Amino acid sequence: MKPFTQHTGQVYPFDRANIDTDAILPKQYLKSIRKFGYADWLFDDLRYLDSGDVTTPIAERRKNPDFMLNQPEYQCSTVLLARDNFGCGSSREHAVWALRDYGFKVVLAPSFADIFYNNCFKNGLLPIALPPKVVDDLFSLAATAKLTISVDLVSKMICADTHQWQFDIDESRRANLLAGLDEISITLASADLICSFEKTLKDDEPWLFQTID
Amino acid sequence: MNSPRTLYDKLWERRCVKQNEDGTALIYIDRHIVHEVSSAQAFEGLQAANRRPWRTDAIIATPDHNVPTTDRDKGIAGITDDTSRIQVQTLDDNCKTFSIPQFALNDNRQGIVHVIAPEQGLTLPGMTVVCGDSHTATHGAFAALGVGIGTSEVEHVLATQCLIQRKAKNLRIDVSGKLGVGVTAKDVVLYIISQIGTAAGTGCTIEFTGEAIYSLSMEGRMTLCNMAIEAGARAGLVAFDATTEAYVKGRRYAPSGQDWDKAVAIWRELKSDKDAVFDIEYHYDAADIRPQVSWGTSPEMVVAIDATVPLVENLPAGKSADYQKAMQYMGLEPGQSMTSIKLDRVFVGSCTNSRIEDIRTVAKLVKGKQVAANIKQALVVPGSGLVKAQAEKEGLDTILIEAGFEWRSPGCSMCLAMNADRLFSGEHCASTSNRNFESRQGSGGRTHLVSPAMAAAAAIHGHLVDVSKESVL
Ligand code: SF4
Repeated sequence: MKPFTQHTGQVYPFDRANIDTDAILPKQYLKSIRKFGYADWLFDDLRYLDSGDVTTPIAERRKNPDFMLNQPEYQCSTVLLARDNFGCGSSREHAVWALRDYGFKVVLAPSFADIFYNNCFKNGLLPIALPPKVVDDLFSLAATAKLTISVDLVSKMICADTHQWQFDIDESRRANLLAGLDEISITLASADLICSFEKTLKDDEPWLFQTID
Repeated sequence: MNSPRTLYDKLWERRCVKQNEDGTALIYIDRHIVHEVSSAQAFEGLQAANRRPWRTDAIIATPDHNVPTTDRDKGIAGITDDTSRIQVQTLDDNCKTFSIPQFALNDNRQGIVHVIAPEQGLTLPGMTVVCGDSHTATHGAFAALGVGIGTSEVEHVLATQCLIQRKAKNLRIDVSGKLGVGVTAKDVVLYIISQIGTAAGTGCTIEFTGEAIYSLSMEGRMTLCNMAIEAGARAGLVAFDATTEAYVKGRRYAPSGQDWDKAVAIWRELKSDKDAVFDIEYHYDAADIRPQVSWGTSPEMVVAIDATVPLVENLPAGKSADYQKAMQYMGLEPGQSMTSIKLDRVFVGSCTNSRIEDIRTVAKLVKGKQVAANIKQALVVPGSGLVKAQAEKEGLDTILIEAGFEWRSPGCSMCLAMNADRLFSGEHCASTSNRNFESRQGSGGRTHLVSPAMAAAAAIHGHLVDVSKESVL
């Protein structure tokens, strides 16, 4: 994973609460077995007037001109601004891959669904939970003009316009993002500990270790 | 003396390999259930990093999310949808490559992940159970810690047999008293979500307690815990008791002989201590719970069957816009009675309600009757090959087919419409599944979440109906 230290990009204000994983990436795209290549299907139901699936050529689909992300001035957004409970619904990580593949680097919202929030960190997407008041302010700023935001993970600061806000983030997650560390290697460093735990468990509860035939 | 602990505290501590300073912990995973949709990329990652699964006997794989529920005799090659076939084939290939046990497509143990594991004794009390599917909460019915994980976590568990977790808060939902006629586990959980909302459980593990909960069968408890995720909680729990013990005993992979006695002695501790403190508590009275039905596009948009679609002036503060949008999507008017909602399709299935008890209930209600003429399709999709076989042994399939239902092969089916079973735009469906999100059951489809009993009665009447008034109950 690439280290994440700081990012400056354009805000896409998506003024809706409870944006669920179906809205972010509809389930027909879960059929893909790839780990990349989901950009064209992000917000699919909203972005297109017709419905598609993994086999539909994108060029043949009709874009919904009323959906703001389709408007030229928003197409290059990299910071998503939304309301409460962003990413609720299923555990599909594809939702995060779609945001990542589209080019989003940061998601700002008052709150996130747990699994979605976790999945973000595994894919170098930074979710930041902000107080509702700050989110309100950001929406107001974004309402009048295109808004660019800078997010600095080192100092845990967000700057937009002339304003600055501090944000909170779990220290270990921050450290891993900053270093671009992958979680499996971190865990495998404790392999001996896992082995001895497993051995004790096998003595105590041997029925957990039956072969499945 | 140790300080009193909740069931969740105990489950957590039993499997905590290492507590990290940052508040996260390394949790050992006893059972990993793998399906075709959320695993391909994990295996790809494993292979790319030159890693092997840590412990294959902890894993059970099965295809369920997008398998067809008809014409299965040609096996994987017979799946007509290309992408579905590729996913199921990829799972099959990965199981072979990595020597992972699989209940493959035409194995009679195949079925929905959350149905097959408990049925085989692969989910046991005190276990940690993970699966790349949010409804892994289901397994909490066994006083096991079941959590849904994403694909990266699937890869992490494959590679390390552990998961990095942060301990959740303890939330208790207590339902006292006895459930009324026609009120099932599904109604209890829908009622709870309608009261607390879909975000109330965020960051929490819910333990369900109280007389009404302990009176539920294991099937009912699975239905209940299954939908903990719809209340925002990653895990739901019910304490171990005689009901759990009786269900687990004799299952294929349950301990036996001396091990059984040893296991039961351990499992008996799997309950919250008397004075355990919960961070949040809600209390309800079973007497207040009527058969429930969802009218909107979120599992909290639920009312009693004898109520109406909410009036605009009664909508919860701050949610008015979402609720009105939902009414529009569902094609419903504020104040419209729920029983006036005509249906196009009925779906009995999903990991919430596709177990033998559910199918028995449906058969009991429709026996000797006919599905109403306006219902285009009434589907019953058993949760596993074994549920199907059991139902057929009891002659339930004949009852259902004679009443006008279609009797299918196991899979997720119309719960998420990844296979050919789906709603068309504008169609209303009484569904025993767990999510009524926009387009969940097919683009433009309108889902009403209900219990199996309600689904059965609705199929016969052609519209939503108060199932508690059905004479056979
Ligand atoms: S039945 Fe539905 S909710 Fe359950 S595992 Fe399958 S798709 Fe998920």
